[in-house]
Amino acid sequence: MEYFLQQLINGLTLGAVYGLIAIGYTMVYGIIGMINFAHGEIYMIGSFIALICFSILGLAGVASVPLAILVVLLIAILFTAAYGWAVERLAYRPLRGSFRLAPLISAIGMSIFLQNYVQLIQGARVKAMEPLVTGAFVLMEKGGFNVTISVMQIVIMALTVVLMAGFSLLISRTSLGRAQRACEQDRKMAALCGIDADRTVSLTFVLGAGLAAVAGVMTTLHYGVIDFFIGFLVGLKAFTAAVLGGIGSLPGAMLGGVLIGLVEAFWAAYFLAEYKDVAAFSILVLVLIFRPTGLLGRPEVEKV
Amino acid sequence: MSLRGVLREAGAAAFVALALALPLAGVRLSDGGGDALEFRPWWVVIAVASVFAGRAALALWRSVGEGAGVPAGLPWFDRAVARLTPHRTLLLGAFFLAVAVLPLTPFADRRMVDLATLVMIYVMLGWGLNIVVGLAGLLDLGYVAFYAVGAYSYTLLAIHFDLGFWACLPLAGAFAALFGVLLGFPVLRLRGDYLAIVTLGFGEMVRIVLINFSSLTRGSEGITRIPAPSFFGLSFTANPAPGEEAFHQFFGLPFAGIHKLIFLYYIILVLALLTHLFSERIRRLPVGRAWEALREDEIASRALGLNPVLIKLSAFGLGAMFAGFAGSFFATRQGFINPSSFTFIESAIILAIVVLGGMGSQVGVICAAIVLILLPELARDLAEFRMLLFGGAMVLIMVWRPRGILAHRAPSIRLGAAAPGRAGGSAP
Repeated sequence: MEYFLQQLINGLTLGAVYGLIAIGYTMVYGIIGMINFAHGEIYMIGSFIALICFSILGLAGVASVPLAILVVLLIAILFTAAYGWAVERLAYRPLRGSFRLAPLISAIGMSIFLQNYVQLIQGARVKAMEPLVTGAFVLMEKGGFNVTISVMQIVIMALTVVLMAGFSLLISRTSLGRAQRACEQDRKMAALCGIDADRTVSLTFVLGAGLAAVAGVMTTLHYGVIDFFIGFLVGLKAFTAAVLGGIGSLPGAMLGGVLIGLVEAFWAAYFLAEYKDVAAFSILVLVLIFRPTGLLGRPEVEKV
Repeated sequence: MSLRGVLREAGAAAFVALALALPLAGVRLSDGGGDALEFRPWWVVIAVASVFAGRAALALWRSVGEGAGVPAGLPWFDRAVARLTPHRTLLLGAFFLAVAVLPLTPFADRRMVDLATLVMIYVMLGWGLNIVVGLAGLLDLGYVAFYAVGAYSYTLLAIHFDLGFWACLPLAGAFAALFGVLLGFPVLRLRGDYLAIVTLGFGEMVRIVLINFSSLTRGSEGITRIPAPSFFGLSFTANPAPGEEAFHQFFGLPFAGIHKLIFLYYIILVLALLTHLFSERIRRLPVGRAWEALREDEIASRALGLNPVLIKLSAFGLGAMFAGFAGSFFATRQGFINPSSFTFIESAIILAIVVLGGMGSQVGVICAAIVLILLPELARDLAEFRMLLFGGAMVLIMVWRPRGILAHRAPSIRLGAAAPGRAGGSAP
């Protein structure tokens, strides 16, 4: 029972990270109908920028950990958003009207480019940082096994909840959110109604990149080790989560993320850990067979 | 455009470049922990300056040059292709002849034959994927899984059951086709990008299983000493086992390592041609027409009574079969396989070859394979930047010429203009 609870906590933490990245995928797919393959690399870049900022702050002698985290979050979000914006402008916007495969190939190319870009300028070896946020709370103790929840895990989950709430408010109450929902439904019509569709799309990418940056900062803090390749598998699983939850749906993305995180944690704990990725993909396939639009997705109406 | 406008545009681009370069290029983390940071302000300066200069040059060229902006595509290239198209058969025949006699020419050394063999493997894979993506319109991002199944099934059959290359080849193809059908089942109801991501997941799953199922596949170590094919019983070793005869002994030639390479070259040439001829023929058959109908409009094909299940499964299966053949050849050529040869990047490269060549265009696949495989191999000293340039090239070519290098694809059937009942020209 205790083991189960511990894996539950671990899975939720992992799921929160996946969920944050999955929101980026689902928003982009919702608004322009393409998979942003490079989103995983944006997350990786966010984690690198976070590590760099932490190192600089450490060298500058900043002692307060919460202040450091806040500063790093802001800086990482800013710079990663710049990357997200640039990727959209360079690789996707020129292909807006093109056939379906063109943005996909461009996205794959961008993903390869960003991976190797970071590999070349930062080196291919692993980068590490000593843990800044230490400490844990023991929730339960039985038979020598402690169910602990670390402060970092609480921070991750709390931050995710706050961001989700803020995001939902943004989408439902602000004019930007209205513009985004309008563009999701019918971009041409929205443009005819006076919404700057290009700017809305750019802002969508920027917001997605910002969330991925937060996920990257959390990864850097929680795991302490990063390298240029972490974007690929996490990006793939986050997209799996987005599809699982129903692409185009924000709560679906978070739900999908949490599910994938839980599946991964429990599979690794109770079955073969090497096959946890296989388990995550298999869940995706199973859900798509029986519910092709995902758990919370809207059924796609195809008109002839 | 005024100078001020140019400067403003270039300045904005430079500002973005600053934001991009400052954290990652300007500061380098030390490897594996420790607090050392390397500050590289000059990299940032160079990056910003070059972006500024480049953007300014672009803006200036646009304002004084063509006027309408950067031309989409290459008009001179299209004109050249249009002028060459009527002589297509002659040109392709000459090209094929050149390819066929290449290893026998005096300047063909080991490296050239080896490179040509590598390009032909990818051309064959491109033609195989073309069946799935180009003809049937099913976006398959996990094609490397069938390649891996072909390679591993050939290897395991050859090693455990002592069968020769020619016996194992059809079996490996059958295994790969079986996997193709198995993959096809869960994705029957999926469209477009969902299909892409699930096939991508399958590709990864196969790779993970290959790494972890060590009892069968020997995991990451891979399998070595894969037997090479023999020419009607003649082996290509320098010292054949007693009772066997070697190729050079039979023909009275001094032993040369290149004999085996040339033999492999001709094997892959034949296999690739087989794939090409198959694709061409099957476009005229009902199966191929059903694939193309499915690609164009699935709902209409269903309304006409075509069974999408059979169509999709046959496309997956047959495409996978050719990947299986290519995988067997790959295993026997290298003599050693391990899961690291079958990553997603391979799938991406093969898909890039198909799309960049122009979807459905057979000749385009050859051109794209030459550009994407041969050029990086020749530019070996830029080996570090190889994948970077590859990714950048994919983006650039897509942005600039989304339809691919040879964007024209002739329809399978031409009505009216040609004599009735006669199928139109095959695709370029």
